[in-house]
Amino acid sequence: MKEFRPITKARDIAAGGSVLLSEKTIAGAENAKTFFSRTGNMTIFTLQTFRQTFSLPFEFREFLKQCFELGNRSLPLVAITGAIMGLVLTIQSRPILNDFGAESMLPQMVAVSLIREIGPVITALICAGKIGSGIGAELGSMKVTEQIDAMEVSATNPMKYLVVTRVIAATLMLPVLILFADAMGLLGSWVGVNIKTDLNIVLYFSRAFSAVEFIDFLPAFIKSFFFGAVIGLVGCYKGYNAGRGTESVGIAANSAVVLSSLLIIVVDLIVVQITDILI
Amino acid sequence: MKEEADNREPAGTGQGEKVIQIRDLKKSFGAQHVLKNVSLDLIKGENLIVLGKSGSGKSVLIKCIVQLMKADSGSINVLGQEVEELKPKELAELRKKVGFLFQSGALYDSMTVKENLEFPLRRIKKGLSEKEVREKIMEALQNVGLESALNKMPSQLSGGMRKRIALARTVILDPAIMLYDEPTTGLDPITSQEISALINDIRNKYHTSSLVITHDMPCARAVADRVMILKEGEIYAEGTLQEVQKINDPWIQSFFKD
Repeated sequence: MKEFRPITKARDIAAGGSVLLSEKTIAGAENAKTFFSRTGNMTIFTLQTFRQTFSLPFEFREFLKQCFELGNRSLPLVAITGAIMGLVLTIQSRPILNDFGAESMLPQMVAVSLIREIGPVITALICAGKIGSGIGAELGSMKVTEQIDAMEVSATNPMKYLVVTRVIAATLMLPVLILFADAMGLLGSWVGVNIKTDLNIVLYFSRAFSAVEFIDFLPAFIKSFFFGAVIGLVGCYKGYNAGRGTESVGIAANSAVVLSSLLIIVVDLIVVQITDILI
Repeated sequence: MKEEADNREPAGTGQGEKVIQIRDLKKSFGAQHVLKNVSLDLIKGENLIVLGKSGSGKSVLIKCIVQLMKADSGSINVLGQEVEELKPKELAELRKKVGFLFQSGALYDSMTVKENLEFPLRRIKKGLSEKEVREKIMEALQNVGLESALNKMPSQLSGGMRKRIALARTVILDPAIMLYDEPTTGLDPITSQEISALINDIRNKYHTSSLVITHDMPCARAVADRVMILKEGEIYAEGTLQEVQKINDPWIQSFFKD
């Protein structure tokens, strides 16, 4: 049997009455309230970060350090992932192209797939795992151990020092990592092609790039900045707003990865739709 | 007892310049009223101890002073400025004059001891030469007896050492007021004595005024000029240590039982 709880609605207050809502409805309303409250907080955090980005002084040394931490330290992971991505895509595509008698189109197909979609999205998802969780855990542990408070009382703006530097570093480093992953992917693809045939690397790349135009490259390059901003912002937001106790550090890292991965897919969908309309 | 406290003047009312004046401070978290009408004065050069059980609102009180938390109502005047009314830049300027020792020490994990001390120094005391920075760091480390820890990471230090380095990081800025949040919690008795001695040394050397939040009686005995006891968010008793010790109240007496 359903349980009902009397809830006084605004419109009934004038009439002096109340209505009955089921527990399920009340729980649904609470969930909706939580969702909108979190979305609002995230939006405010994003706007604050944006505002702090354009106010002086800029923490240049910390920004460079973060570029090194987020960019350089992610290179091996991105390189291996990119190479395997290209290799697997080549091996998987070859039989189908062979059926259509279009095996010679393999470099072109892999290049377009990698540069337009697979390279940016897969690399961004990998970076969401590495960079997003790293930022979430780092800022989360700083929050739990009062290091952020210590920074604030020593007259340093933690939003500027911790958040702005990481968000800008992630925004600028992700396109570089994606370009690197694309290059490694094409190299992996060349290795994949050479498993069954013998194709010169120069010929492979000239064929691959014959199918790629600037208009294929541009939207992918632009969206990679947004992917970077999403990873940086979500990681910082989750870490900066971590609760108390060591448990919340793990929660911050985990939720940073989950939310940024989801948002990367959403941003990708939006950019693809916009590109489809404009081009 | 409660009525006596209500009728009394705010803690610290007396002679001397008041560096902190708090009036009718209230702070709630939802339905939980953590601070209810707290008023106190910190006199220049004194060590004021705020005693209370865990959860009595002690830490919230000092976090409100430096605006790490916003009070619901009441006024906080620090060095002649109403902190609630300060703009961010003015608040940042005021914070430079107030040192805060966190319960956990709050050393920056990613920095060495030297970098931890350099970080606030270079931002607040701008214009210092490399030599002056190095001298100040070494002096601060000498004050806490840890010159050898200069290049160590916080993870290589014991709990007591971390507290002492955190103290050095705060003192290096020559603050006018020191706020100590549970300075001896989690430390062994000998290290606690050393930290208590350091609190006195800092007061004597730098003429700071200190507000010490604690429930550690040996620390309170070692450093207190005056004592204020918080119970359920209200001032329950206040006076010198001897005066408070003489109050015939079982709850207060429970603090002084060894």
